[in-house]
Amino acid sequence: MPKHELILLKNMSQPGYSGSLADYEATGGYQALRATLGKTAPADVTTAVRKSGLRGRGGAGFPTGVKWGFLPKDYQGPRYLCCNADESEPGTFKDRQLMERDPHQMLEGIVLACYAIGAEYAYIYIRGEMVLGSKILEQAIGEARAAGYIGHNILGTGTHVDVWVHRGAGAYICGEETALLESLEGKRGLPRIKPPFPATHGLYNKPTVVNNVETLANLPHILTRGAEWFAAIGSPPKSTGTRVFCVSGHVKRPGNYEVPMGVTFRELVYEHAGGMRSNKPIKAFIPGGASAPFLTPDHLDVKMDFESVAAAGSMLGSGGVTVMEEGTSMVWAALRLMEFFYHESCGKCSPCREGSSWLVQTMRRIMAKRGRMEDLETLLDLCKNIAGRTVCAFGDAEVAPIQSTLKYWRDEYVSLIREAEAADLIMPEAAGVRH
Amino acid sequence: MLKEKYQKEIDEIISRYPVKRSALIPLLYLAQQEHGYVTEAAMKEIAQLLKLTPPQVYETVTFYTVLNLKPVGKFHMQVCKSLMCALAGSDTVLGWIKTKLGIAPGESTPDGLFTLSAVECLASCGTAPMMQINDDYYEQLTEAKVDKILGDLKTTGTSDLKSGPYMWPLPVDAVRREG
Repeated sequence: MPKHELILLKNMSQPGYSGSLADYEATGGYQALRATLGKTAPADVTTAVRKSGLRGRGGAGFPTGVKWGFLPKDYQGPRYLCCNADESEPGTFKDRQLMERDPHQMLEGIVLACYAIGAEYAYIYIRGEMVLGSKILEQAIGEARAAGYIGHNILGTGTHVDVWVHRGAGAYICGEETALLESLEGKRGLPRIKPPFPATHGLYNKPTVVNNVETLANLPHILTRGAEWFAAIGSPPKSTGTRVFCVSGHVKRPGNYEVPMGVTFRELVYEHAGGMRSNKPIKAFIPGGASAPFLTPDHLDVKMDFESVAAAGSMLGSGGVTVMEEGTSMVWAALRLMEFFYHESCGKCSPCREGSSWLVQTMRRIMAKRGRMEDLETLLDLCKNIAGRTVCAFGDAEVAPIQSTLKYWRDEYVSLIREAEAADLIMPEAAGVRH
Repeated sequence: MLKEKYQKEIDEIISRYPVKRSALIPLLYLAQQEHGYVTEAAMKEIAQLLKLTPPQVYETVTFYTVLNLKPVGKFHMQVCKSLMCALAGSDTVLGWIKTKLGIAPGESTPDGLFTLSAVECLASCGTAPMMQINDDYYEQLTEAKVDKILGDLKTTGTSDLKSGPYMWPLPVDAVRREG
């Protein structure tokens, strides 16, 4: 038996659960929808979600009910809900499991969110590589439509919600909500300048809410069991509910573990994930996906909630926890992530487009033992000039691995450079020859 | 021409969106499914269908890695090389495939069967190392598994080692069943 009560992973952890409509209904599925549509006012649904303290599970952690509240009240035209299923943050693989194993849980959440914000159209933006996931979702939508849970006049309540699956095509940046909207409009996925925010000018310039898969999957439970129940789980008042943490790297049992927020990293790594793979001590971990600064074993007793991880100098982000054992090169690890960011920079803002290229080249040089001491200052200087100077948060994310590894493991960078100096492997220009 | 063969699908796709341009990526997928990559003729045709200019279609295609502008092998093997897979040995997996097929990332076998790519995170970090071949994921790769997958694909065109709906760790009953 799991140590903590499962909410989102409960159904799929039952023997023989297939994720079909019949299975979902047998576990009480679509009861929240039956009890809410036409019986609770949409504004009251938003109030309940706000009271539950639910915060976005995609990375930014913005309060969901508050986000919904930004939609204009008196706007008469169409509104849209976009489900962000573009799970691309390295270290994160929870949405894929939620979609492929229990698609109706998320679909019920989508219809409830649409009801609350008055949207009649929902698009599930799923990352292009997840072909199986998109087929499973399309089949589930078909089942739900046939059963009257999706479509015109749902359960005779006069609520109309249509849901479509829209496949992305392999761009990390499309997980950023305004880039997602651009991509959904058939364009290059370049983030928009904000404001205006999607709440007023979103998809096709209409009021739009973008919510993550896990965020939406929580809604049926909040509405069935009550906002107070949800608000008591985890680390109230600011980090409520559970999170599905994705553990990867050098642990015995990597995988998805749903625990209440506020559990420590030590419990997650050593109890749930079984400890370290080869019983070597832990050297470093990333607490919330590739965009989150690295932390050290000194941080293992930090609670996994938004505030505690932020106070420790990182972020809870998307919930991807990557663990590295003693012996892993931190320069190498930072370079691997930097290569990812360099590949995924969309190219809109110069600091990020050019800076990511310079960062990756400098890192490669150091790793190849051809670095020079002043490279370290160059790295930090570049990082400082990228973070906060771009349209979206990608700029802040891409500097996190380098800044944090330089903070905690500067000696590893220095020793690679010393080796270069000792072996006289430095390139001519590094030795002071300028052309 | 896509129109003759897929008129029904095209109409259905366009009907999902209030603005035609949104149908662009779904139609490009249709084109890729037909030819294995997005041809110039297909881009021109799609531009016409959606009342866009060909450059509007081209600028979108070039942004997305899943859309191929050049022909790829019958089996496009994409091995994840991001940090989380690298910690679990993805570089070794790439090495095996390189040796077995004699091609480096970015190359295809002379018979046109396999193309190898090293790609960024595919959301399978809990079951690393992994690769995607065409539409399917293959996870927790070992050398024996890679051998079997390559053999299966050559002989039958598919492999039963491909992943089903994702869940890891497996629920307790499945663990018992699979020993």
